[in-house]
Amino acid sequence: MKQLRPRSGGRTGLVLTAAVLVALLAAGCQPSTYQYRWDFFFDSIFRPDGLIIRGVSLTLYIAVVSQVIGVLLGVLGALGKMTKAPYLRGLAEFYIWFFRGTPLLVQISLIYFGLGVTGLYGWPDIGPLGEFGKGNVQAGIFALAVNEGAYMSEIVRAGILSIDPGQMEAAKSLGMTYGQAMRRIVLPQAARVIVPPLGNEFNNMLKTTSLLVAISVPELYVTFSRKNASGSTVFHPFELFLAAAVWYLLLTTVWALVQARIEARLGRGVGGEAPPSLRERLFGLRTRRPEEVPTISGGR
Amino acid sequence: MLAPDRPILDAIGGVPRPATDVVVEAVDVHKWFGRLHVLKGTSLAVRRQEVVVMIGPSGSGKTTFLRSVNHLERIQSGRIFVNGHLIGYREENGRLVEDRERNIARQRQEIGMVFQRFNLFPHMTALENVIEAPMHVRKVDAAEAREVGLALLTRVGLAHKAGSYPAQLSGGQQQRVAIARALAMKPALMLFDEPTSALDPEMIGEVLDVMKELAREGMTMIVVSHEMGFAREAADRMVMLDDGVVIEEGVPASFFDHPTNERTRAFLSKLL
Repeated sequence: MKQLRPRSGGRTGLVLTAAVLVALLAAGCQPSTYQYRWDFFFDSIFRPDGLIIRGVSLTLYIAVVSQVIGVLLGVLGALGKMTKAPYLRGLAEFYIWFFRGTPLLVQISLIYFGLGVTGLYGWPDIGPLGEFGKGNVQAGIFALAVNEGAYMSEIVRAGILSIDPGQMEAAKSLGMTYGQAMRRIVLPQAARVIVPPLGNEFNNMLKTTSLLVAISVPELYVTFSRKNASGSTVFHPFELFLAAAVWYLLLTTVWALVQARIEARLGRGVGGEAPPSLRERLFGLRTRRPEEVPTISGGR
Repeated sequence: MLAPDRPILDAIGGVPRPATDVVVEAVDVHKWFGRLHVLKGTSLAVRRQEVVVMIGPSGSGKTTFLRSVNHLERIQSGRIFVNGHLIGYREENGRLVEDRERNIARQRQEIGMVFQRFNLFPHMTALENVIEAPMHVRKVDAAEAREVGLALLTRVGLAHKAGSYPAQLSGGQQQRVAIARALAMKPALMLFDEPTSALDPEMIGEVLDVMKELAREGMTMIVVSHEMGFAREAADRMVMLDDGVVIEEGVPASFFDHPTNERTRAFLSKLL
């Protein structure tokens, strides 16, 4: 086992971020024909109007619902891919192949416009849900969920395969069926393996919702895009999209905090490496203290 | 370590009584792994309360045979009966057809198995490991399962570790929890697959003590092990497996002192 020298990766990340911010401010100070309206930027963040609130809520709502459905589809996809029943396995393999092999933008358009125009499914609004129940919102959630399910299938499958086959055998020897053993013994252990990549998937999901611009779902990106196209804030893309970026950062940062807590909880009672710190999570850089020698957990 | 005042099996209400006097009957069992012919007509009968210790060189099929008895391995021909029931298969027009999963699961409830690598559930405490199957397979209520579980852990000397996770236990302790876990289903038969060969030497004794106690109390057992001290003391019958067939069997005294088969003699001389 090789010991790693401590790296100052975290520090580099901070310095880079600061440099970018300073450059942005400096750019704002230079004389130019462009009239900066920093009030648009600050108002969008500190005094968001109803449209922005709606955009943030829609983005969060769509991301959460899509991810939850995506995880469920992922479990089904993983089990389907591992089953001995040929038709089920074929179905699962086709599903994963199709949704991983085509662009999400194409899938969104195909599902909303394609199904709509042929009359296969017209995506009617669900009245009582208001903005959250619009047809294009439903179609967006459906598209994001099935796409996510295909990726989650591979993650869940890898998680299940990482569990010692002896666990399944022990469960069976106690009289459990395959389903019981999966539910009670294998999946709870696989969950621990799945949670870190799942967290990254949700981080992606929060940002990928912006692709729903293709079907005019008024989420965060579309909200700011429209502000840029009309009204008192027309054509101030720099201030507006910077504000949009800040909103996305707020969502992903809060999620990083939540993810850190979940991983800490799951880590209780088992040894192994400490989960990455918040700074490592945000800047994607792993700092390792020299005394932290990686260990292989489990088994004696 | 062991609480010697009361028998282990008191915790599950005494010696489980199988319906028939012959608990295991394996007839002419054949097993292939691909092209590798592992079991070549293995036959063995085990009577109620009998302790059979199975030995044999590496690759002779001991573990495979044991795993076939609770259908963790499929067999290609032959018959294995436990308590008079054909294990893992139905017979249709003289041919073997694999049984439905639910039936196989039900049959396995009667057969306890202890693995070389313990295979405790790492996300559960010792007590949770023991009560998992009684609660979720036998549907025993939580209070009763806990009571039996704690009694079993007490009998294997681990009541004080009930709340510990497997990673916090030594190998010997893990294996004793694994034995308690198997006993909690009140099996009529216990299978031990090299239960001490993954243990450090100083922990072997504590596991063998539990097994000897079980043997004394009349549990029906098939043990794959090369612990000859245990075999001499606890076995009713020794079985030598070589190249997928039983080549010699007998009571320990004559088996060890006057083996008749040349290969048994050679193998024993290497063991001792």
